[in-house]
Formats: sequence, structure tokens, C-alpha cells
Amino acid sequence: MSAASGSHRAGRRTLADRDGFLAWVFLLPSVVYIVALVAVPFGLAIALAFSDVTVGDPSYDWVGWQNFERNLGDPVFWRALGNTFLFTGVSMLLIVVFGKVLANILVADFRGKWLVRFLVLLPWTTPVALSTIAWLWLLDSIYSPIDWTLRRLGLIDANLNWLGEPTLEMVSVIAVHVWRLTPLAAVIVMAGLVAIPRDLDEAARVDGAGFWRRMFEITVPLTLPVIAVAALFGAILTFTDMTVVYVLTRGGATHSSEVLASWAYVRGIGGGDVGQGASIALFLFPILLAAAIAILRSVRRMEVL
Amino acid sequence: MANPTGKAAAVEVRNLVKEYDGGRVRAVDGVSLRSEEGEYLVLLGPSGCGKTTLLRTIAGLEQPTGGEVLIGGNVVNGLPPRARKIAMVFQSYALYPHKTVEANIVFPLKAEGMKRARRAERARWAAELLGIGGLLDRKPRQLSGGERQRVALARALVRQPLVFLLDEPLSNLDAKLRATARDELKRFQQEVGTTTVYVTHDQTEAMGLGDRIAVLDKGRLRQVGRPMDVYDDPADTFVATFIGSPPMNLVPRDGRLVGFRPEHLLPAEVVPAADRVGVRLAVDRLEYLSGDRHVYGTASGIGEPTRVIARLPATVLTPIEAGRTYGFAVRGEKLRFFDAASGERAEPERIESPS
Ligand SMILES: Nc1ncnc2c1ncn2[C@@H]1O[C@H](COP(=O)(O)OP(=O)(O)OP(=O)(O)O)[C@@H](O)[C@H]1O
Ligand SMILES: [Mg+2]
Repeated sequence: MSAASGSHRAGRRTLADRDGFLAWVFLLPSVVYIVALVAVPFGLAIALAFSDVTVGDPSYDWVGWQNFERNLGDPVFWRALGNTFLFTGVSMLLIVVFGKVLANILVADFRGKWLVRFLVLLPWTTPVALSTIAWLWLLDSIYSPIDWTLRRLGLIDANLNWLGEPTLEMVSVIAVHVWRLTPLAAVIVMAGLVAIPRDLDEAARVDGAGFWRRMFEITVPLTLPVIAVAALFGAILTFTDMTVVYVLTRGGATHSSEVLASWAYVRGIGGGDVGQGASIALFLFPILLAAAIAILRSVRRMEVL
Repeated sequence: MANPTGKAAAVEVRNLVKEYDGGRVRAVDGVSLRSEEGEYLVLLGPSGCGKTTLLRTIAGLEQPTGGEVLIGGNVVNGLPPRARKIAMVFQSYALYPHKTVEANIVFPLKAEGMKRARRAERARWAAELLGIGGLLDRKPRQLSGGERQRVALARALVRQPLVFLLDEPLSNLDAKLRATARDELKRFQQEVGTTTVYVTHDQTEAMGLGDRIAVLDKGRLRQVGRPMDVYDDPADTFVATFIGSPPMNLVPRDGRLVGFRPEHLLPAEVVPAADRVGVRLAVDRLEYLSGDRHVYGTASGIGEPTRVIARLPATVLTPIEAGRTYGFAVRGEKLRFFDAASGERAEPERIESPS
């Protein structure tokens, strides 16, 4: 800077005054970052999806839509696609409901609330792979403490095969997703709740509204944009996640809990057919794009409010 | 307090105490007050004296630390706000921003479980009464401050509550709108005849609106009475100086304070000779305000020399100049006496004019 402002004549523009230049300087790192970590892999994925590249034969040969056609004829692919939507839909719903309830607890004023807040946020701060391994033990077919508790309560006679039986597998995967994403949703919704002026709730109380009416006529409509953001974050993070499924069930013996991300991994890396894996993963893209647009729109709605 | 009219008190508080932060802040400190049926009671006091706290305790938004709140003759301590049949207008109006004006107004009726057709009818009635019939489809953010205030009033009024509680509803309006809104508020209350407790720190508002005024200071009730009584017969020096602008002059004399209103300190020749208490006024400044002359100076002869203000109406033509001393006087019956130590009202005494 000193070179540019060497002479102390008043009114001299230094480099630091040039907004256009500064904007570029400050934006550059993120541009580099996005290009290197998002744009390049994305372009690579598209290129690979139209190729016959495998782990054993990395030479690039154009094969057109062949990989996609193979996908559409593969029942496991359809199973994975259906599961992805099912997991995402059910998890999102539960995440939002539990997130809202937790958010109400987080904003409430009571003794020891910092401890509750800490515990609530714990699942979110643990790496997914680690916490999922913990769940692997919790849901073990022989030593599961959940089964033990249920047995002691007399609710079941024999251990449940949480990670081996198709329906229970799904339940387990969804439960772990909900468990790990609810804190995030709760924090997002809490931010929305805190932003509501307190006197609105008080006015509603004086106007004779009970707890549920205040919740559904005042709080929920006013936090709707924030709830939408929480729902979409939950959806995207469930949609793209393969760790939970992969660690818990490896997709299930009959691919019963396979999802797109895990199936793409199994085919592309496990099976070595990189082109096929890339084409499976690309199916995630249009849906994520739609979700991203929805997030941005609801954020804009929030600003208008 | 005795009940002079024999009618049921719409709102009454008995020895009400409200503490915050485990007793470190006493926002309301033993207030006993009752408002008669249909009365317009104004709570007046400086900022932080506990007006809002008192109102919120009546509404049930705060639980009292001690004492009782009665509405319609029943103790309502511990009852939630919705069981109290009160309507409150917040300083911020607290309109529901996502609801239309109509939905805002019918909200209390919906909570009551009233039928839809009946609700719409009541909403239209309230809206017409307040002259906002044309705004029913708008959202609150599309309204001006004055319109918002009327929507808030309409929302309070549809339910026909036992009591209206208003917390500085005019403070968000500009000075001109405030005057017309005050006028409307008074007319509207006379029309519906509902008991109203109105909070303000603005004495003009209090004098203009109130059937009675309750003056609060530091959480304590200083005086309750008609505007005229509070103005003419203040119970202590706080009320004497808080009400009136310019405030009452207080002149120390033998361990007491002699008080008189600026408009009663007049050139000697316009005060009837029979009841004249003379004051020598060394004038140092003059202001000409909306037709009146405000004369600032040092008064002597009635007590220790003290700075005072005289307010001469336009009808008094005596020429006055800064830097000179004039013979002023107050009528003896207009003098008020206070104990210098406690500030409480004291027995009147005769003051002989210096010859
Ligand atoms: N929630 C609270 N916690 C602690 N102190 C409080 C709380 N609410 C009010 N106070 C204190 O109680 C006192 C009275 O407050 P209050 O809001 O009733 O004043 P007010 O007369 O309405 O003032 P204003 O005219 O400025 O609105 C103040 O000293 C305030 O700091
Ligand atoms: Mg207040």
C-alpha cells in the first residue's frame, strides 16, 4: 500500500480505495476453492459418466448414454433411488418435527439449560462415521442394549435383527439420520424463534390463545421460512449421505437399504466401474439443484418478512 | 381505599409488589389502586417507575411477588391472561405481521371459539367504529402508524373485554397525529364505555384523557385523583414538580417549601389586593411561548431567594424587561405548603406580605 500512497497528496486514490480491485482480491480464494473442489470434480463426474473408465482400464473412451441405460435397466438402481427418496422424506419430516420441539426446549428458560443445550448439540458435533459406529454397537444383533431394555420391559421376546431384516434396516438408518440431524434443525429453528418479538406471543396470550393455537397460528407461520431452511438442509444432508447406510448395513444383503450414494460407491469404487458409479451419482444432481433453489428462495422470503 | 360509588371495581390491586432479579429490583412497591366501572384511569410517572410492570401484572403476563390483583371483583392471581377477560394494546401494537388486518381483529374471537359468520360481522363492526373498514385485506406492514394503532384497538375491542389495558399506545406517533389520536381515543372510550387503564409518561396525555390520574414514582403510588385535584392539590413535591409545565415553583421557608404554579405568579397589580402575597422578582430572562410570556427570575420576600418561573397570559399587558426587579404577587389561597424534609403536604399558614 505504501507504494501507492507514497506521496501524501490529499485526494490520491490508493489501491485500498479501489472497490472493484479489492472485491476481486477478497473473492479470489473462494473462487479458487470452489473451482478446485466443486467445479473440477463435477466436470470430471460428467465426463466419466459418459465413459467406460474402470479401475483396471483408466483409458477414456466415449460410450454415450450407455451407463445411464444400464442404470435404468438395473433393479438395484431403482431400489436405491426409491430408498433415497423414502429415507430423505421420512427423515426430513421427523427432523423438522423433533427440531421444532427441541428448539422450543432450547429457548425455554430453566435451571441447567446450558447442560441441556450442550447435550442437544452433541450428536451434531460428533463426526458421522464415529457416531454411526457407536450406533452399530447399539444396534448389534446380539449385544444391543436397546434390545436388552425392550426385553426387560417385556416388549419383545427375542432380539431384533436391527441391521439384517429389511424393514428394521430402514428404520435403523432413518433413526440414525434423524438423531444426527435434529440438533442442526433445532439450532436453525431456534434462531427463527428468537427473532420473533416477544410481545407477539404475549399479545396472543392476552387475546385468549392457548399453547397450541399460539404455536400453529403465530409461531409456526412466523418461523416457516426458517423451518423450510432446516427441512432442506436436513433433506440435502440425508440425500447425499452414504456413511450412515454404508457403516450400518453396507446396503443390506439384498440391497434392501441401498441408497444412490452408497450404490454409486459400491459400483464405482468397490466394483471398479468408475463410469457406471459416476452416472449413478449424477442422478443426485438435478434434485440437489432444485433443493438449493428452494433454500435460496425461502431465505429471500425471510428477508422480505 | 373506600368505594365511594358502591359499584364493583373493574380492576383493583391490593398491596401489589413485583420484584425482579430475586428482589434486587422492586419495580412495583406496594401499590393499592382501584378503578371504577367505566372509568378512564391513567397511570402516570417518569420512565422506569413501574407503569408497564403494573399493567403487565394486571394482564397476567407477570406474576406478582406479593399482593392481589382483582378483576371484576374476583382475585385473579395465578390465572393465565386468557382467563382474565382483558384486552391489551401494546406500545409496539404487536400486530401479527403474517395476518391481514381482518385476521388480526378476529384472532381473539377465534380463540374464543366464535362462529365464522359471527366473527366476520363483529370484525366489521369494530373496524367501522375505528374507521378502518377499508383496510381489512391489508397486512400490518402496509399500514401507517396511526392505522396500526387503530387495528390494535379494534383487536382489543372486538371481544368486549371487562377492561382495556393500554401501554403508551400513542408514543410511536408523531406529535400532530398524537393529538388527533388522543382525541379519538377519548371519544371511542366514551362510546364503548369500557373501563380503561392507560399508561403514559406524558402528562398532557394524562390530563387530557384521564377521569382520574394515578401518579407513580419508583414503584410507589404518590397520588390518585382527578386531573384537577392532582394539578391543584399535589400530595407531595414529586407530584407538584412532575405535573405541570413549567412545574410548580417551590420556595424554601422555615423548614418548609412554599409552592405556587407559574400561572399564579403575576404582576402585583393584577392580583386582588385582599389576598395578595407579595414577591420581589428579579427578572433575568423572558420567553414568549404560544401567546404566554414565561418570566424567569429570582423570587425573594416569600422565603429564601429562589429561582422561579412566572407564566403571564396574553391578557396581562404589564411591560416586563430582563435585568430589572418587579413587584409580583400570588393569591394566598393558591399557595401550597410542603414539608422540606419529607416532601409531604403540610398545613397551610398565613404569609404576611413584606411591606
Ligand atoms: N424483566 C425485568 N427484569 C429486571 N428488571 C426489570 C424487568 N422489567 C422491568 N424491570 C425494571 O423495573 C423497573 C420498572 O420498569 P417498567 O418497564 O415498569 O417501567 P416504565 O414505568 O414502564 O418505564 P417506561 O416509561 O420507560 O416504559 C425499571 O427499573 C426496570 O429496569
Ligand atoms: Mg413502559
